[in-house]
Amino acid sequence: MSTIEQETETEETTDESAEPTVESPGERRRAEKQERAQAREDQRVDEEIDHSEETITLKVFRYDPEVEGKEEPRFDDFTVPFHKGMTVLDALIYSRDHYDSSLTFRHSCRQAVCGSDALFINGRQRLACKTQIADLDAGTIRIEPLPHQEVVKDLVVDMEHFYDQMEAVEPYFDADELPDDELEEQRQDRENREKIKMSTRCIWCGACMSSCNIAAGDNEYLGPAAINKAYRFAMDEREGEQRKQERLRIIEQEHGVWRCQTQFSCTEVCPKDIPLTEHIQELKREAVKNNLKFW
Amino acid sequence: MSQSYNRGTVEDFGRWRDFSAGMWAWIFHKFTGWVLVGYLFTHIAVLSTAIQGEALYNGTLQGLEALLVVRFLEVGLLAVAVFHILNGLRLLFVDLGIGLEAQDKSFYASMVLTGAIVVASIPTFLGGKLV
Repeated sequence: MSTIEQETETEETTDESAEPTVESPGERRRAEKQERAQAREDQRVDEEIDHSEETITLKVFRYDPEVEGKEEPRFDDFTVPFHKGMTVLDALIYSRDHYDSSLTFRHSCRQAVCGSDALFINGRQRLACKTQIADLDAGTIRIEPLPHQEVVKDLVVDMEHFYDQMEAVEPYFDADELPDDELEEQRQDRENREKIKMSTRCIWCGACMSSCNIAAGDNEYLGPAAINKAYRFAMDEREGEQRKQERLRIIEQEHGVWRCQTQFSCTEVCPKDIPLTEHIQELKREAVKNNLKFW
Repeated sequence: MSQSYNRGTVEDFGRWRDFSAGMWAWIFHKFTGWVLVGYLFTHIAVLSTAIQGEALYNGTLQGLEALLVVRFLEVGLLAVAVFHILNGLRLLFVDLGIGLEAQDKSFYASMVLTGAIVVASIPTFLGGKLV
């Protein structure tokens, strides 16, 4: 700071004070700003200390097959200071940064968009970043990796099978006919957009697949997320009849929609509130109508 | 990744406390379905005594009705059948895509209704004199 003082002194023509100050207006602003920031920071720290009397305990699943002595799954307890608005992911990050840097979990956007931090929190599949600790009634928060998926390390599960199932339904827009002009928009009418709106929200977090009892017992079952993806495109009127038939052929196979036994587990856990069971049921009806053809 | 850890079946029914309404409905529906299938065999066995003549048929039924445990089993059978019917209706609506948002409420309703019908049936089943 002091190095700039000399240089900026010559530009000080606007200063109304008679005595030549060593401080430039910019400098003063910066100083004030810094002061305010410092005050805010002090306040924040004070608040944190005030609040730190309120702590929560995390019970986190730990497992590392590659480190000797950690091959046996176990639970580690972490005590974390609670603050208002704290999510489970915040608490996990705090634990990792303050207690054990080897604690492994996936996270990225922290705002329920990337879908990487679906975990089994207090006996239910939830997104850690979307789960407010204040909303969990239990004092101790039990955090485990997603059930029905193999654990790679700590809270990280193998998502390969889930991605395979997602790919199996060809989850991309593929219209029968493309407009002549390459730059022409392919418009969808409002009603059709409303119909598929919820199904487009999927973030591939895998919570639904993990909650599904049927998917757990039948590895070939496409699973709620993949069927929802199929729904999103099969119901999109812009794709055309031929493509829809192909899509229906995929989902109406033995391990497609018919494996769903409407337990509603997927619908309950979906962090994006997609009515998965409803979509699966609609595809079932669509498949039946398609094959009966009484009309 | 040398290996990965599989937590086994404890993830399924070991977690029954965390099950939600739809899951319970599914479990009860399966259970009652199997009970009814099992009952069908005893039903056929008892009724087929009629082939051997009136006396044997009447004797068998009266003998069974004289047992208190059979009376209780009959109440149980009614409970199982009523729940299966009511939840079957619920599933019919689910298949038709009607009222999927209320699927948990309709499950509770079928439970309550089953309970009411069973309670109302107790005098009929247990009231008669054991011969």
